[in-house]
Amino acid sequence: MTDPLELGGRSFRSRLIVGTGKFASPELMSDALAASGAEMVTVALRRVDLEAPANPITDFIDQSKYLLLPNTSGAATAEEALRLARLARSAGLPPWIKVEVIPDPRYLMPDPVDTLAACETLVAEGFIVLPYIHADPVLAKRLEEVGVAAVMPLAAPIGSGRGLKMETAIAIIIEQATVPVVVDAGLGVPSHAAAAMEMGADAVLVNTAIATAAHPARMAHAFALGVESGRAAYLAGRAAELDEAAASSPLTGFLRGEVP
Amino acid sequence: MTFAQTFDAAATRRCVERAHHARRVDVAAALDTADCSLERFATLLSPAAGDMLEALAARAHALTVERFGRTMALFAPLYLSNECVCTCTYCGFSRGLPIRRKTLRIDEVASEAQALAARGFRNVLLVSSEHPKHVDPAYLARCVAETKRLVPYVALEVAAAREPQYASWAHAGCDGVVLYQETYDPEAYPRYHRGGPKQHYHERLETPERAAAAGIRHLGLGALLGLADWRFEALALVAHARHLYRYGWRTQINISFPRINPAAGNFAPERPVSDAELVQLIAAVRIALPMAGIVLSTREPAVLRDRLIPLGVTQMSAGSSTEPGGYSKPGEAGEQFHLEDTRPREAVVQRLRELGYEPVDKDWEPAISSMIPHAVGA
Repeated sequence: MTDPLELGGRSFRSRLIVGTGKFASPELMSDALAASGAEMVTVALRRVDLEAPANPITDFIDQSKYLLLPNTSGAATAEEALRLARLARSAGLPPWIKVEVIPDPRYLMPDPVDTLAACETLVAEGFIVLPYIHADPVLAKRLEEVGVAAVMPLAAPIGSGRGLKMETAIAIIIEQATVPVVVDAGLGVPSHAAAAMEMGADAVLVNTAIATAAHPARMAHAFALGVESGRAAYLAGRAAELDEAAASSPLTGFLRGEVP
Repeated sequence: MTFAQTFDAAATRRCVERAHHARRVDVAAALDTADCSLERFATLLSPAAGDMLEALAARAHALTVERFGRTMALFAPLYLSNECVCTCTYCGFSRGLPIRRKTLRIDEVASEAQALAARGFRNVLLVSSEHPKHVDPAYLARCVAETKRLVPYVALEVAAAREPQYASWAHAGCDGVVLYQETYDPEAYPRYHRGGPKQHYHERLETPERAAAAGIRHLGLGALLGLADWRFEALALVAHARHLYRYGWRTQINISFPRINPAAGNFAPERPVSDAELVQLIAAVRIALPMAGIVLSTREPAVLRDRLIPLGVTQMSAGSSTEPGGYSKPGEAGEQFHLEDTRPREAVVQRLRELGYEPVDKDWEPAISSMIPHAVGA
């Protein structure tokens, strides 16, 4: 496997992680997952009935193909996120947890204080912890220090599709990171995903842009291409960005015999 | 600062007046901006906007899909009691009306919840009339706890209460509170609410923020359409939601637009709202409050409900009964209002799928908010 994503002690060929919310049907979701090439999919524990024999979401996810990444969507405090994570593990789900602590139901902004507290406890309890955070470079470092497996800064508010609005802060996070950086939330089109990968993000997570596209599976494939292209460009080493064209030197070219 | 202190009915009325003079260009401008001030929102409610419904609907649909996807949360009301000390002229449970009265015992509440859970519901709204003796806060807390054993999400639509009561219900497992102002028009309000604790307009206006302060996560606001000018109600409702966004920022707001239907009192609405006006109202509110849940009950006929789905609705009741005990022992007590959409739950689910929507039952994990130790796990 060339250029795998190493995360939480596992290797992934795909650098696209996909969410499972907002799809018009489980079949459309299942097709989109297949087309995305993703190997990790995130599922809101609140949507899953852990005691029921049949589940509308998890029944459509083949766990031999995809690593199921449960998330704590719905939790508004650290305490609530801990309860959800423990519930998932005791129900037999893998000990991976995407920590979402979101007290604000309107813009779905994560709580940095309680996110850090929840992650510290969950790491100590042996979970592989992936926190969803604001694009806050200091918080990202604090989370690394407590032992998270990756950090997942938002590009823009969840579901907004606005792209890399937090570009400057995400660049700082990437520059300083010692764990994978997964850009999560707000990516609307494959070019946004490509741009995040070109910056050096290790992976991206996409949900709304795929689930609410007119053709979710086709959009999932398009995102896979965007991620692949962005990653390839990052590895190729981009050319320098200049303010103006630099084909010739009108002021000093005469030194090399150029005629203006 | 409470909403009762900030809400200015006279200014709201003037805003509605100005909106009557809005032109098509004003509506187009209001549709084209992310800044939906109350003044611009009023433009979307104008007669001029009424002639541009397709444009309003398209914007409302796009915003809804972006925020909620193509999903529809399903819930069922569970009526606990129809015994009431309030005289509300539009309500079938109003004091003195000759209907069979009943308050469910806790074991009967469990039977009803069991019947709903067996049909597939995972979101139940416990509804009760107002009776300090038969429906007291401790009884409601027990009803919540009992229902919570059987369904993961439980909300209450009961009499206005104080913060400690809301806190006790939250502790018992109550995830949401629904409390409609009925009408935001302070002059119309006393004409309809003639007796009982509910007759106090300002008291009711302040209550949702008490529930939010007590830690209730989801708040349902609404105006009963038909009592006063719907444009006024819509402006007040949006102002109320925005007040709560500032002063109760942890709380998710859901909005409902119940239109008055015939009940036992044979009440005829003074200000009936047409289908076109309802469409305009739903679309305009979606544009003004892109993040709010919008709830549609079975008061509306099936054919219209199907058409309203893409406009911004995010939650629907289905297969409902509005009489206490109506799921396990129908016909034993009076109903609150007559239902129009009488399709069984399966038919609604089927129709949603045909329309390209995923019906969502479980959308809450009781372990999140539960105080019950077993939910905490190992």
